[in-house]
Amino acid sequence: MAETTEKLNAKQVLRQLQDKIAQDVWDAKNRGEKIGWCASNFPQEITTAMGIQVAFPENMGAAVGAKGGGQRMCEYAEGMGYSSDLCSYSRINFAYADLGKCEELEIPMPDFLLCCNNICNCLMKWYENLALELDIPLLLIDIPHLDEMECDADRVKYIRAQFDDCIHQLEEITGKKMDYDKLRSVMEVSQRSSKAWLRACSYMSAKPSPFSGFDIFNNMAVACVGRGTVEAAEAFEQLADEYAELAAKGETTFKGGEKYRILFEGIACWANLRFTYKTLQSQGVNLVATIYGPAFSFLYSNLDELMAAYAYVPNSNCFEKEVQLRVDEAAKNGVEGAIIHINRSCKKWSGNMYEMERQLRERLGIPVITFDGDQSDPRAFSEAQYATRVQGLIEIMEANRQKKEAEKNA
Amino acid sequence: MADVYTMGVDLGSTASKCIILKNGTETVGSAVIPSGAGTSGPERALAAALASAGLTRSDIAAVTATGYGRESLDGADWSVSELSCHALGAARECPGVMTVIDIGGQDAKVLTLSAEGRLENFIMNDKCAAGTGRFLDVMARVLETEADKLEALDAAAEGIVPISSTCTVFAESEVISQLSRRAPIPDIVAGIHRSVAVRTASLARRAGVHEPVLMTGGVARNGGVVRALERELGVSIGVPPAPQLCGALGAAIYGWNKLNKNKS
Repeated sequence: MAETTEKLNAKQVLRQLQDKIAQDVWDAKNRGEKIGWCASNFPQEITTAMGIQVAFPENMGAAVGAKGGGQRMCEYAEGMGYSSDLCSYSRINFAYADLGKCEELEIPMPDFLLCCNNICNCLMKWYENLALELDIPLLLIDIPHLDEMECDADRVKYIRAQFDDCIHQLEEITGKKMDYDKLRSVMEVSQRSSKAWLRACSYMSAKPSPFSGFDIFNNMAVACVGRGTVEAAEAFEQLADEYAELAAKGETTFKGGEKYRILFEGIACWANLRFTYKTLQSQGVNLVATIYGPAFSFLYSNLDELMAAYAYVPNSNCFEKEVQLRVDEAAKNGVEGAIIHINRSCKKWSGNMYEMERQLRERLGIPVITFDGDQSDPRAFSEAQYATRVQGLIEIMEANRQKKEAEKNA
Repeated sequence: MADVYTMGVDLGSTASKCIILKNGTETVGSAVIPSGAGTSGPERALAAALASAGLTRSDIAAVTATGYGRESLDGADWSVSELSCHALGAARECPGVMTVIDIGGQDAKVLTLSAEGRLENFIMNDKCAAGTGRFLDVMARVLETEADKLEALDAAAEGIVPISSTCTVFAESEVISQLSRRAPIPDIVAGIHRSVAVRTASLARRAGVHEPVLMTGGVARNGGVVRALERELGVSIGVPPAPQLCGALGAAIYGWNKLNKNKS
């Protein structure tokens, strides 16, 4: 009898791929290979090409937060002496490094650490601390903050020297050799993934957007950790094709229908994801612009451009460029309002958000609200405050829409 | 044509306020009960407002709820955020108002309005009660007085004792240490008012301050805070006769507008 297997949709494929990537690290550890803990925007091309498995504490922090363990782990870390002002991902990771267990999610303990400070300088202290506590080597790629719009040749040279040195050090630590043909192939595959991810995100400009923008937060995980694999490239191409089909038909998977279109700024409140999403979704507010879309793809055609690509990640750019990225995304996708998450964990990201708020409001001519929260520590979030701000935003968007209608009919 | 009554109910965190409007313009009944959402306050406020108007619930054509507890009011026809309601109420109290500063029991907000009185934008305090009505309640208790008496104490101040605006708990400790140093209570009160003003002014500057400026909410009844805020922002600030009722007034106007829109 012929077996019929139903084809998985891209979301299911990505979820399976995420599980497989996590399992691969465990399998490597169990085989006795050296595995690492890695910062989310470390050039994954190196480890993928060398066949080195790494786990991502930031992703673990997000997952533990989403599964309800954030507060418990943060409080444990605070009991160890870490300040509650520190990033909740780091607190969860410090707790895990000490406990060696976590009921929501576990990753294998590392033999070395790979840090890249393009998204956050505090990350260096986090990893230095781990290196000391766990007594393991720490490799750092230092990417200076861009104080101008473009990454110049000197910066590229500086990053490239570290990139090459990092490969040599990893060869010594793991005993694995870099295969430069494989590296070129991984770079090509990464381009496929990045371009497909960008194409998938580009359909948010369709009206209605073919999907809930919060899906980006979930699909981001594979874009972050596995984009150098053929499976990821294929999954993102499938995702983009599915969105294209929905957009062509004018359909959307956003439940209840899209009434208002907004830009959402900042990392999701993983511990409060359901409430933050439902409050918007139940009132027809869809997230159609976020910096996660365009900025978490790394486009390059050679190694030097790869170095520059890692200097262009969110938080590494100068403020003017960060504003422009958001203004472009919001204008392209036709947003009527914006919500900014003032993330207590992320001083780097949230520190300039009051000025971002002002610039978005003035340059886009839309209402912009802010709310307090945290990526994985639920104690910084208030449901009532969030709901009131969202309702106020909707009331202004509705009034603006009615005003426009009246002007059109006048 | 029969008169139409609309009711606005503002269920705040520390007080329940209710207003009844006749034909969308004339206030015929109102009440303020110092118990907020989740208590008997809302029910008592409704009953007291109806009694003062000489009406019964069946006389009311529409009830609009606003404030922190807006979703919890049984029988409300509409629920609207306090942001839109304070804007509507303020525009009625002071036509042409461009900036509204509202300090309630647990939050502080600054609203910017268009020339037509439409809410354009707002900035609210972060997840912290410093600089709100609750902050003043806590300080009054430490000073063994009541929030209503702070204005008179402020008027007698000869200096200003600096008090932190960062945190209610830390500010309370500061006040206690100032008391133990025998600092004059009026000067401490002036310092407390200044700390509220500094914190609120930073919100106002983020939103953009354009005159005329109106202050609403329970804290606006404290002239000491209003004057401190005027000094801090360098503008003149108006206060409606019943600032605490401004949100409820806006809710009642909202109901009136909705009824008329539905008719047309």
